[in-house]
Amino acid sequence: MTLPVFFGCSFIAFGPALGLLLFTVLRDPLRVIVLVAGAFFWLVSLLLSSLVWFIAVKASDPGDEPLQKGLLIFGVLFSVLLQEAFRFLYYKLLRKAVEGLVTLSEDGCSPISIQQMAYVAGLGFGLMSGAFSMINLLADALGPGTVGIHGDSQLYFLTSAFMTMVMIFLHTFWGILFFHGCETQHWWEMAAVILTHLIVSGSTFWNPLYVGSLIPSYLLMFATAAWAYILSGGCTRNLLRSLRGQQSETSPQPGS
Amino acid sequence: MTAHDWQLTEALYERLMMITFMNSSDSEEEACNERTSLISAESPPAASYQDGLQAPEAAETQTYRKRHTGGSCSPSDADSGNSDSGLPVRDIAVDNKEEEELTLKYGAKHVIMLFVPVTLCMIVVVATIKSVRFYTEKNGQFEVLKTYNVAMDYPTLFFVIWNFGAVGMICIHWKGPLHLQQAYLIMISALMALVFIKYLPEWSAWVILGAISIYDLIAVLCPRGPLRMLVETAQERNEPIFPALIYSSAMVWTVGMAKPDSASRDLTQQTWDSAEDMREINDNPAYVESEISEARSPAPTHPTTSLIEELEEEERGVKLGLGDFIFYSVLVGKAAATASGDWNTTLACFVAILIGLCLTLLLLAVFKKALPALPISITFGLVFYFSTDNLVRPFMDTLASHQLYI
Repeated sequence: MTLPVFFGCSFIAFGPALGLLLFTVLRDPLRVIVLVAGAFFWLVSLLLSSLVWFIAVKASDPGDEPLQKGLLIFGVLFSVLLQEAFRFLYYKLLRKAVEGLVTLSEDGCSPISIQQMAYVAGLGFGLMSGAFSMINLLADALGPGTVGIHGDSQLYFLTSAFMTMVMIFLHTFWGILFFHGCETQHWWEMAAVILTHLIVSGSTFWNPLYVGSLIPSYLLMFATAAWAYILSGGCTRNLLRSLRGQQSETSPQPGS
Repeated sequence: MTAHDWQLTEALYERLMMITFMNSSDSEEEACNERTSLISAESPPAASYQDGLQAPEAAETQTYRKRHTGGSCSPSDADSGNSDSGLPVRDIAVDNKEEEELTLKYGAKHVIMLFVPVTLCMIVVVATIKSVRFYTEKNGQFEVLKTYNVAMDYPTLFFVIWNFGAVGMICIHWKGPLHLQQAYLIMISALMALVFIKYLPEWSAWVILGAISIYDLIAVLCPRGPLRMLVETAQERNEPIFPALIYSSAMVWTVGMAKPDSASRDLTQQTWDSAEDMREINDNPAYVESEISEARSPAPTHPTTSLIEELEEEERGVKLGLGDFIFYSVLVGKAAATASGDWNTTLACFVAILIGLCLTLLLLAVFKKALPALPISITFGLVFYFSTDNLVRPFMDTLASHQLYI
């Protein structure tokens, strides 16, 4: 426990996100605002879904175990759907913002594009989701104790960290996919996002059988990453070039 | 007073947010109306921040626009004199739109320039609350050194505290490096917030937070509100703002001028001098009108329009009253202290306050009149505190115990 576990788990969970933040978001004030607003929207969706779950639990018999389990499942599913609904609302808001920025600019080009906003919004959702899942665990990891002393899994902190990391990535890619689907009216992309979110959250019901939750989530994460990359205009040639450290031939425009 | 002098006065004037009960703050509401009526022919002024925030950039945007149109009301501008009289009308339209876009960019930049100190203050408060148990105990002597088991003799203690206080007094009330002054203001805001968190009873703190937001709203928006009246009185007397009550984030410029290094040094020097020398400057309207112009005087070359833009880009800072720092930190600190050890509540309040600040600035850009900055943030913060503590926490705890992810 204590410091090694704390630092290890926090860097596993938030390291990649921190890198993304530092290199792509924190330089630009507009992106920071979009990020914080995205985090806020996720928070509001969580609030509403907790409200619904809380009312359901209070209205039901606390001793009835299967009912409570069923209410929990319902709570998770409802929360996922509400998160996606708020992602859609946020898309609407950002759309209006981009239109406003375009009318204000002198060359008809807004300083930030909807694709960049999609990425940052997804990252905001992911960071807030990850933070809410992980921060209390990290605070507990700082203190004394033995993990799993009552017979639970000893890998609790580690798997939570990995799960948090995959959720942050997934939210980012879902943001890109979802916004692209809204922009181009490809409803199947939005449906795919909702479906994969439900699958990933549902797979966590396999915990502590971690092979049932972590592996599907990571596979889905790689799949959505590839899809989002292709939708953002990437191609394998550019990927290979970037891996070799060469400049890509067609570098993307600053506004795109 | 000619229209030109009036404009100079307004350009010198800085907006303040409502500070706490002990302080007075100024707002440029009347100035805003005055200014809007003066430049009604042009595009509306952007982001003249509300009474908590200073808007030197709005003032300078106005003067910039006035210079571009050849200054319909101002006979001559001492510093830009002959550089703009020949501008074609086409450029003016472009420049106006450019300015609006620039101001929008600066709107985002200024939001970030406020996010950073507010976040720092909150981090200091939360870190102290979580680590020094004094603040969550009901009684007990405050002995930091005992808590951290540090041995220190009285002479060293006296020396350290004396220097801390003396350097603080010097760099806040006289001259000093900008970052040192900012650090001191953040520190004293954090200490003040900690005092409130420790010594206010449980529910008094929440009620006071709510009441002071309502007071802020009334005092700034009502026609006979005390802050509006204070503003008008201070405007008539051309009084500078008490420096210990404002956090300033003025940037140092890096634009290539004739002598960039000496110019930048002069800027920071004159930024500090401006507070003291405002009265002298007012008597001599041909000399300077604001921090920008003061700094331009050592470089007598007439800058091109692009340089003027860059100057104004780099030099605009934003000022925020310390009362807002204190009350934001009180809210977040109380969330950290009393929310049954839950970090989610603290995080939720933090995000809520930042979004409230963002929304307030947005409303300001839309309504273009002085607005109080406390109500929206504090309302969001309170709503999120109570709802996260009572609704979200059980849900997240249940999820975490089953290791479910949503």
